[in-house]
Amino acid sequence: MPAVSKGDGMRGLAVFISDIRNCKSKEAEIKRINKELANIRSKFKGDKALDGYSKKKYVCKLLFIFLLGHDIDFGHMEAVNLLSSNRYTEKQIGYLFISVLVNSNSELIRLINNAIKNDLASRNPTFMGLALHCIANVGSREMAEAFAGEIPKILVAGDTMDSVKQSAALCLLRLYRTSPDLVPMGDWTSRVVHLLNDQHLGVVTAATSLITTLAQKNPEEFKTSVSLAVSRLSRIVTSASTDLQDYTYYFVPAPWLSVKLLRLLQCYPPPEDPAVRGRLTECLETILNKAQEPPKSKKVQHSNAKNAVLFEAISLIIHHDSEPNLLVRACNQLGQFLQHRETNLRYLALESMCTLASSEFSHEAVKTHIETVINALKTERDVSVRQRAVDLLYAMCDRSNAQQIVAEMLNYLETADYSIREEIVLKVAILAEKYAVDYTWYVDTILNLIRIAGDYVSEEVWYRVIQIVINRDDVQGYAAKTVFEALQAPACHENLVKVGGYILGEFGNLIAGDPRSSPLIQFNLLHSKFHLCSVPTRALLLSTYIKFVNLFPEIKTTIQDVLRSDSQLKNADVELQQRAVEYLRLSTIASTDILATVLEEMPPFPERESSILAKLKKKKGPGTVTDLEEIKKERSSDMNGSAEPASVNASAVSTPSPSADLLGLGAAPLTNSAPAPSSSGSLLVDVFSDSASAVAPLAPGSDDNFARFVCKNNGVLFENQLLQIGLKSEFRQNLGRMFIFYGNKTSTQFLNFTPTVICSDDLQSSLNLQTKPVDPTVDGGAQVQQVVNIECVSDFMEAPILNIQFRYGGTFQNLSVKLPITLNKFFQPTEMSSQDFFQRWKQLSNPKQEVQNIFKAKHPMDAEITKAKIIGFGSALLEEVDPNPANFVGAGIIHTKTTQIGCLLRLEPNLQAQLIVTADSNMK
Amino acid sequence: MIGGLFIYNHKGEVLISRVYRDDIGRNAVDAFRVNVIHARQQVRSPVTNIARTSFFHVKRSNIWLAAVTKQNVNAAMVFEFLYKMCDVMTAYFGKISEENIKNNFVLIYELLDEILDFGYPQNSETGALKTFITQQGIKSQFQTKEEQSQITSQVTGQIGWRREGIKYRRNELFLDVLESVNLLMSPQGQVLSAHVSGRVVMKSYLSGMPECKFGMNDKIVIEKQGKGTADETGKSELGSGKQSIAIDDCTFHQCVRLSKFDSERSISFIPPDGEFELMRYRTTKDIILPFRVIPLVREVGRTKLEVKVVIKSNFKPSLLAQKIEVRIPTPLNTSGVQVICMKGKAKYKASENAIVWKIKRMAGMKESQISAEIELLPTNDKKKWARPPISMNFEVPFAPSGLKVRYLKVFEPKLNYSDHDVIKWVRYIGRSGIYETRC
Repeated sequence: MPAVSKGDGMRGLAVFISDIRNCKSKEAEIKRINKELANIRSKFKGDKALDGYSKKKYVCKLLFIFLLGHDIDFGHMEAVNLLSSNRYTEKQIGYLFISVLVNSNSELIRLINNAIKNDLASRNPTFMGLALHCIANVGSREMAEAFAGEIPKILVAGDTMDSVKQSAALCLLRLYRTSPDLVPMGDWTSRVVHLLNDQHLGVVTAATSLITTLAQKNPEEFKTSVSLAVSRLSRIVTSASTDLQDYTYYFVPAPWLSVKLLRLLQCYPPPEDPAVRGRLTECLETILNKAQEPPKSKKVQHSNAKNAVLFEAISLIIHHDSEPNLLVRACNQLGQFLQHRETNLRYLALESMCTLASSEFSHEAVKTHIETVINALKTERDVSVRQRAVDLLYAMCDRSNAQQIVAEMLNYLETADYSIREEIVLKVAILAEKYAVDYTWYVDTILNLIRIAGDYVSEEVWYRVIQIVINRDDVQGYAAKTVFEALQAPACHENLVKVGGYILGEFGNLIAGDPRSSPLIQFNLLHSKFHLCSVPTRALLLSTYIKFVNLFPEIKTTIQDVLRSDSQLKNADVELQQRAVEYLRLSTIASTDILATVLEEMPPFPERESSILAKLKKKKGPGTVTDLEEIKKERSSDMNGSAEPASVNASAVSTPSPSADLLGLGAAPLTNSAPAPSSSGSLLVDVFSDSASAVAPLAPGSDDNFARFVCKNNGVLFENQLLQIGLKSEFRQNLGRMFIFYGNKTSTQFLNFTPTVICSDDLQSSLNLQTKPVDPTVDGGAQVQQVVNIECVSDFMEAPILNIQFRYGGTFQNLSVKLPITLNKFFQPTEMSSQDFFQRWKQLSNPKQEVQNIFKAKHPMDAEITKAKIIGFGSALLEEVDPNPANFVGAGIIHTKTTQIGCLLRLEPNLQAQLIVTADSNMK
Repeated sequence: MIGGLFIYNHKGEVLISRVYRDDIGRNAVDAFRVNVIHARQQVRSPVTNIARTSFFHVKRSNIWLAAVTKQNVNAAMVFEFLYKMCDVMTAYFGKISEENIKNNFVLIYELLDEILDFGYPQNSETGALKTFITQQGIKSQFQTKEEQSQITSQVTGQIGWRREGIKYRRNELFLDVLESVNLLMSPQGQVLSAHVSGRVVMKSYLSGMPECKFGMNDKIVIEKQGKGTADETGKSELGSGKQSIAIDDCTFHQCVRLSKFDSERSISFIPPDGEFELMRYRTTKDIILPFRVIPLVREVGRTKLEVKVVIKSNFKPSLLAQKIEVRIPTPLNTSGVQVICMKGKAKYKASENAIVWKIKRMAGMKESQISAEIELLPTNDKKKWARPPISMNFEVPFAPSGLKVRYLKVFEPKLNYSDHDVIKWVRYIGRSGIYETRC
């Protein structure tokens, strides 16, 4: 290849470019370009063949014109011709033109591919490099189709030059990213892994990038890369900075490669092999040690490179989450960064700490930095950093510091950036609820929250306060008093009025004894806010007034006057008008007894997932909070006791927002309807069917399924040619909820579809079932859902029966299945130590308190399955409690409305495959 | 209410910047440069709104004139002002170019102070302006005193455009009827759209305060006269029916008495001294098209194109058309052109993607033809050539609208010269505007 001399630069091109630069106006430029294009066209058209140099020059000019923003529709052929030249510069310009200008559907693509193939086969490293660059730059599907098979061969061939290997690895990476399905996995993968051992660090860097991407998709194939990566990493980390001359960047040895290797390792769990593991730990320790060393250079690049490696190492440590020592050290290191001058470092430190806080080993260590973080919240100038600080506070919060953190967040809220206020409000609400030791504190916090940032308090937050206040008898009086006081402020937020209206309407009587908050004063206070509120709030206040009529008969006339006023009775808003009219009539006609029944205190809300949490998750998008929360929940159960909100898995269940209607008038017919349809339904059945019994005999096979549901909550309960019944249920203490899905398997409509849950007389007293009616028609192929709310009043033996009647075509169908609601569903696991267990076991010696059952196992026993069964049964599986390791031991509490019954359980498998199940329970 | 006025060169450098109102900040200058002059896409609208500020611009060769305002002004007024400003500048120092503006910037600021006051346009009559904004040095004090009072009384008087006491030995006036004819014709020779926009320009060298009356073959006026003399009705309609023209709309110089035009449709005025544009008009009916272009384009395969164009002159053989130029667009992938023409010179201009055929002069009722072979380079994309229309330029010594000056009477009761003593010259020039034929 002849040397490229300086005189070889294209003079014509330089003149052209300077002409364009000197153009006085856009028009002049266009004229010049038109002239040049005509010239090039006549040259390309000309009969005598152009030499390589002029071809290159003209193609270059075309490229320049294209980059100026003009369309180029010729010259492609000439560019392709350049590809077959033997001169480097000509080939280079040809490839450049093609990567920029040739689109994939061009008919020239065949010619181009051919030229690329020739170059790949040429064994000339520069040509191969050019070809690989072109493939990667175009990176289209067609390129992938043509070359995806070829490039791995080049990559792993023994005689390929280092620079070509590097290009090949990156080219393959690009093709894999655009069309992963076209890159074949084969035996080359194992050889690619060995590139990590290559002499040439450039090759290693390129290969690491490739392997990381591949390993994310196929972790199994590249498992061997872990040990190689670790050894490579340790060689880099332990080397003196002079060892890797070209790859040392401001005294940091190969920072990019280190970062990439650490990323690769993050695709895998901690290595199993203790030697490798030890070596990796050593590496990570060295990296952490190096961070402590004084900087070798004052240049910012030095510290940037060092910190990049450090942060990647910390994220690996967090990813492995197995070495408490390292985690704590990482945490301390990050703690130092929290006060660093660099904003970026502070940001990164807070972000990493957020993940560290969710690790059980470092949670405590993170907590030690609480003061610094709170300080950051107060003094930090950069809003994104403050946001991270809030996140971190949220992540590090637990029972011990909740009060402090919530107080700080509330403080910050007053000055917080508008964009993040709503999120902070949600976080405060969640933390306050989750870690509330004392519900008066909770009520105070939320009222404070509404006062400070009322506009950002979403519906869910105040719904939640009301749910909690209603479900907890002990705070009701306090809540009423605080709300009353808060409402006395001259200006209060509408959300506060809502909460106030609701709570006073329910529990106003609790503070009515105090002359300062006598009924009339309460009413006047609320009514003074009435006219400033929006329609929904006014509607709520009207309901409060009618509740007052019940609570305080002495102010009935005052309230009636208000309801009777024109502004209510003739209100333009239909809802307000209707409420006013109906409440007025109700208060005048109904006797006090009826009023007392209709306007009774709201029943406790069923426990459900905190809707606030769901909202935060929605806001943050899946993945961020959810993961963190779930991880946290798993391991923080011991720290937080049982005040945990309901399981996160329930998020699939749509949480109906609690009706703001105090009376629940709308809901009343629904809830009461449970017994009613069973009678009216059967009447109807009598009309339609000849069969004497309204309730069909149990459907065959349903018993089998029933047994399966003893240990699980979701699945298919029943199935025949027409109908499939699926179940999804959840239980918590003495309450439960079951979703029954009726799927129409046919293509015709089911008419008069009436499912009914029937309890025997015995059962009715011990189990409260509330069903919502379903649509009487079920379209072909459609599925309907029915919700059954369950409350266990006392212990029971039988299971309720689900009777389903419908018309399919002309015939009447009637079938019954047992609903798998068994006592063990209300079983809550309890952990206890071996000593505790046996102490209690011995206490329960009364024969009435003990049942023993010996039976033959139908199936061979598998320890894992048995364990799963016991957990599914509802009790906690206590391991290493029983001295005999073969025995299984469980413990739990059965919650009913009236009592709580502790239960202990032992399963003793016998070698002859006999089982002895002993269950003890104590009735408190 | 114009807030400010800026003049930029083609690079967007500010040559003149005059701000009249406080609501226009310094950054307005840059806003226009960034968003209009240096805009990525060419800005075609003359009005641009940037951050609640309106910019009205006109372009003269490479110079941008931009008026800027924050208020809701009458855009037509602003443009009228900008055009007037251009006229004034041309009257003072000739062609508007960067060099001329730089050389005369003191004068321009002086003019701007005079013709715009707090953003309200003032007297922009060149003749009047020239009496008190001069490019000569300062004259002696006592001479100006007298003149000053005279100028003041003139500028603030009823006839602001003419001063008293003008005397010429020879009373002379020139009338130019300048028209530009616009045409779009289909390849088959069907007229798709055609109109003529014309101006009547007058140059007067008359003594005293002469009262002039201008008459032309306007259809309405002629019909009115026809009705007035009942016995002549039949004759005049026969005689003048094809002579009269229908004017679609017209505008007059401020010296014309509009009330008289409205009531009697007669154009009477006291003219300013020197050159001025008496009226502007537009006609769309019965236009005489001076040239007919007959194109013939044949594609021979993918790489060759044969073009034949015939032009026919369509006016009296005694008249001569001048400066004829036919522009035949060529495809974007032209690689070579051979041209043969019988008359004039033809050349392929690559920078404009067109064959340009020039003929110095051509008499009426003649025809001439050009034929060209265009070689094409095969291209990748299958886009068809859009075939832009063939355009033409020319100059003919008659008015394509058919307008005729019937009379221009001059009365000067105070001085002793009559209409007969005034020497009058009339000239007609018809030029091509956008004169295109599709091919």
